[in-house]
Amino acid sequence: MTRWTPDPTFYPSPRDAAGAPAEQLAYLAAFDRSAEQPDAIAVVDTDPGSASYGTVVGWTELPHTGDEVHHFGWNACSSALCPTAPHPHVERRYLIVPGLRSSRIYVLDTKDDPRTPVLVKEIPAEELAGKAGYSRPHTVHCGPDGIYVSALGGGSSDGPGGIAVLDHTTFEVRGAWESDRGDQYLAYDFWWHLTRDVLVSSEWGTPSMIEDGLVPELLLGRKYGHRLHFWDLAKRSLVQTVDLGDQYQMTLELRPAHDPRKEYGFLGVVTSVEDLSASVWVWHRGDDGQFAVTKVIDVPAEPADAGALPPALQPFGAVPPLITDIDLSVDDRFLYVSCWGTGELKQFDVSDPFHPVQTGSVRLGGVAGRVAHPSFPDERLAGGPQMVEISRDGRRVYVTNSLYGSWDDQFYPDGVGAWLAKIDVDTENGGMTLDPNFFPHGDEFRGRRVHQVRLQGGDASSDSYCFP
Amino acid sequence: MTGGQLAVLAALGAFHGLNPAMGWLFAVARGMQERSRAVLLRSVPPIAAGHLASVAIVAAVVSATESVVAGNVVAIAGGVVLVGFGLWRLLSARHFRWAGMRLSAAQLAGWSFLMSSAHGAGLMLLPVLATTTETAQPAGHAGHLAGAAPAGLSGTPAAALDGLLAAGVHTVAMFAVLALCAVLVYEFVGLSVLCRAWFNVDKLWAAVMVAAGALTIALTA
Repeated sequence: MTRWTPDPTFYPSPRDAAGAPAEQLAYLAAFDRSAEQPDAIAVVDTDPGSASYGTVVGWTELPHTGDEVHHFGWNACSSALCPTAPHPHVERRYLIVPGLRSSRIYVLDTKDDPRTPVLVKEIPAEELAGKAGYSRPHTVHCGPDGIYVSALGGGSSDGPGGIAVLDHTTFEVRGAWESDRGDQYLAYDFWWHLTRDVLVSSEWGTPSMIEDGLVPELLLGRKYGHRLHFWDLAKRSLVQTVDLGDQYQMTLELRPAHDPRKEYGFLGVVTSVEDLSASVWVWHRGDDGQFAVTKVIDVPAEPADAGALPPALQPFGAVPPLITDIDLSVDDRFLYVSCWGTGELKQFDVSDPFHPVQTGSVRLGGVAGRVAHPSFPDERLAGGPQMVEISRDGRRVYVTNSLYGSWDDQFYPDGVGAWLAKIDVDTENGGMTLDPNFFPHGDEFRGRRVHQVRLQGGDASSDSYCFP
Repeated sequence: MTGGQLAVLAALGAFHGLNPAMGWLFAVARGMQERSRAVLLRSVPPIAAGHLASVAIVAAVVSATESVVAGNVVAIAGGVVLVGFGLWRLLSARHFRWAGMRLSAAQLAGWSFLMSSAHGAGLMLLPVLATTTETAQPAGHAGHLAGAAPAGLSGTPAAALDGLLAAGVHTVAMFAVLALCAVLVYEFVGLSVLCRAWFNVDKLWAAVMVAAGALTIALTA
């Protein structure tokens, strides 16, 4: 049954959401690279007043092995208040958890005991393939008329990847979202400007291009995605494609402004094959009504001794920054940029999106640096800040360290480990400080690697708003 | 139509106008998006027009049918439909599906028509429409007795017009409340009121339908 009053975690505007109470729990996707043990959703206590603060307090294992849980999202969010099809009395209680490798999608209920999510539904890969023609489900967003899930692969073929829509209430696969995809073939992330009827999607690669690791020939051949697609959200058709240039390989994370009056957003690009730099771009609507994409941040590769590098990087004598995730605070002021290769999280003030100003930096791990957490100075960390999540008030940032199983193995061949760090933010002046009391890592994650973080009640990458 | 019936029609119109899902919230969103109260105000007439169309179809059909079939058939059948639809709305968790917010005035009217129809807005008027003839009949009989005009044979078009009048009265009230809510929230109250005060109108709405349907059957059977 539905509620009598709106779910208290739904906010009409990003301004209202920024005043939300602090999260008490964080949910993490935890997967077993060897596929011998089941993957799990780990629950971490984020309440500083709690005795178990910063530790794993819940652990729900999935019934199969080899899913590689990766990204996940909520069944409903603030978009439920959007005026064309409002349904504010549903509850934000289910986590929609795709297996990126198995193509299964799990639905977990967090309501009765938020520390122990319970599996309530399993969508088999066959249903996703049969009804939508897709596989390798990735990003989940709660849309106005259903749950949108991007997918990297075709149902019975390598591609095209695209977006599937699940029913809001039954979670059944309704079908493929696109009515006209034009020449779009590669898929990865997507998000939207709901009030502008614009959906934006990015490109990584098809399953054959990524599942066994980064393929150097494809990278140097500039075959990974380097385009951005703009769609009509209502007509579900491709309107415009912008090519960044094929040297810019892997257009991944998309972070549109939360303010529904704004029509810009940020895109992270993993690497340039010309100089191994990584970059962040802004998409924006020009005076001619067309979208343009402009590079606003360039992060250069860092030279390193070949001896400190994995075989794949030894010929270059440098560590590529590898921007694998970015995240924008709910007030659209700070952009966080993960440099997974160099092991650095950068913070930029993007009040002027075209002229970001770096306001903070935290180093952890890194291919060559192996920087330790201050509370565990003797442990050289592998992996780097990867998935970033920001609390709704912008004061706390959480980062995990695994990118994607087979890619972890290439860049951190002696083991990527598992860690979740929390960073406190000075929201007035910018600047970041690692929380010394919050660092679940290693055995606490029971041999799994950790990927996306979702915060209880919503976070900076979970909700869309229809009111300014 | 009696003054009491008109009052009930107007009250139902106010009830529909009060429901954020029926349009005032969309009008506010359009105004806020463009930072313009004029955009908000211009959004209200198409929304009301769509609602009117949705309600008028039901009203015209009911009134016209009523004038050609015997006695209480329409009331009872309508009551059953109303109870069934209300129960379905009450028990189903499904919600209206729509993607796309940049609509022209015509599209906005179309959206409102679909939204109102999906919620069974017109059906809710059924008890009033069905009892219109119930109360009209005694007057008709009196006319017969007096050997005056054959009121009962006034014909289908005239009866349908009666239905349209009902839909019109209903929509005027809906329009007024819709516009008032939109302006108040846009100018003074702010949207954070939604989080506290957006009572689940859909549940109440469905319950009203069930009750109204049952009442119609009880009164006319």
